[in-house]
Amino acid sequence: MTQSVLTSTGASPPLPEGLQGIVADWSSDQRAFKKVPWGKAMMWIFLLSDTFIFTCFLTSYMTVRMSTTVPWPNPSEVFALTIAGHHIPLILIAIMTFILISSSGTMAMAVKFGYEKNKKMCSILLVVTAFFGASFVGMQAFEWTKLIVEEGVRPWGNPMGAPQFGASFFMITGFHGFHVSVGVIFLIITAIKVIRGDLDRQRPGFMTGRKGNYEIVEIMGLYWHFVDLVWVFIFAFFYLW
Amino acid sequence: MAHVEGQQHPIGVYLWIWGLLFVLSAFSYLVDYFHFQGYLRWSLILVFMLMKAGLIVAVFMHMRWERLALMYAILVPPLCLLVLISLMAVEGDYTFVTRASSFGQGSGVPVEHPYRPHGAG
Repeated sequence: MTQSVLTSTGASPPLPEGLQGIVADWSSDQRAFKKVPWGKAMMWIFLLSDTFIFTCFLTSYMTVRMSTTVPWPNPSEVFALTIAGHHIPLILIAIMTFILISSSGTMAMAVKFGYEKNKKMCSILLVVTAFFGASFVGMQAFEWTKLIVEEGVRPWGNPMGAPQFGASFFMITGFHGFHVSVGVIFLIITAIKVIRGDLDRQRPGFMTGRKGNYEIVEIMGLYWHFVDLVWVFIFAFFYLW
Repeated sequence: MAHVEGQQHPIGVYLWIWGLLFVLSAFSYLVDYFHFQGYLRWSLILVFMLMKAGLIVAVFMHMRWERLALMYAILVPPLCLLVLISLMAVEGDYTFVTRASSFGQGSGVPVEHPYRPHGAG
């Protein structure tokens, strides 16, 4: 009896590591991504495709910025704010960066507490992450309003310099902000699932018959960290360059 | 083991990385604040950016604890993008030179600012 249990579940030989492990995983005639839940591998592949999309945006931005003969507006000045009489360059973007990084930190801990089945901490951290995300989107709305209404930036031109500035800015930050907004919605959905105990009772999600479990918190986390990751590149290439 | 497929790590790891990301972001911001210019500015921006990206992918997204099959499947394909970036850099440079020689001063074509706010001028 004990013997049959061991052979059917517990006694599989350890998986090979290194390059041999890659060959063994891919040639195993089973699933290639071992020790990874199905949904997590799929999320990684989606994020890979999203990487290509954002790189295409940033590359087209690079191309128009390199090829224009009109001076590029100085982002440091365009995104400066005057707070309490002090003119601080790029301050709003810096605050947004710190907020998004903080949300990544809380998300990472939510995943940890999720796997520990600590419902309370997991849901609190998910809600905090969603709050940071929502405030990020709010600041972006403020930034867009300021640029459109006060500075007169349009996708086809602006008073500060190269007309391609507006097109690149709205395209890149708009697409990123859309990702953050979608993330906030799914963070709230995930938090509700955790609070209701859906994941403990293995209740299936609304679009699938698969049993719910705390892996979805980690998959949610992958998406959220990716949004933060994209911002790292946008911050470096669009705002700082 | 109850959760063979879950990623579980002590909370200190995440707090450390969180702190490091804060410091690196502050450094990135200071690059702009202190008005570093030229190659110093660009290399500092790239270094801090790559360090932040690496920390997020490796620790927050748990990539360093995954098996090599997943790691390579996800991290190698983006390297193709370097080809796209280099091609478009060459293209952008060529367009710039063409524009400068065809539309620049001395080419005989009147230079117009492409945007006039409020219909002025």
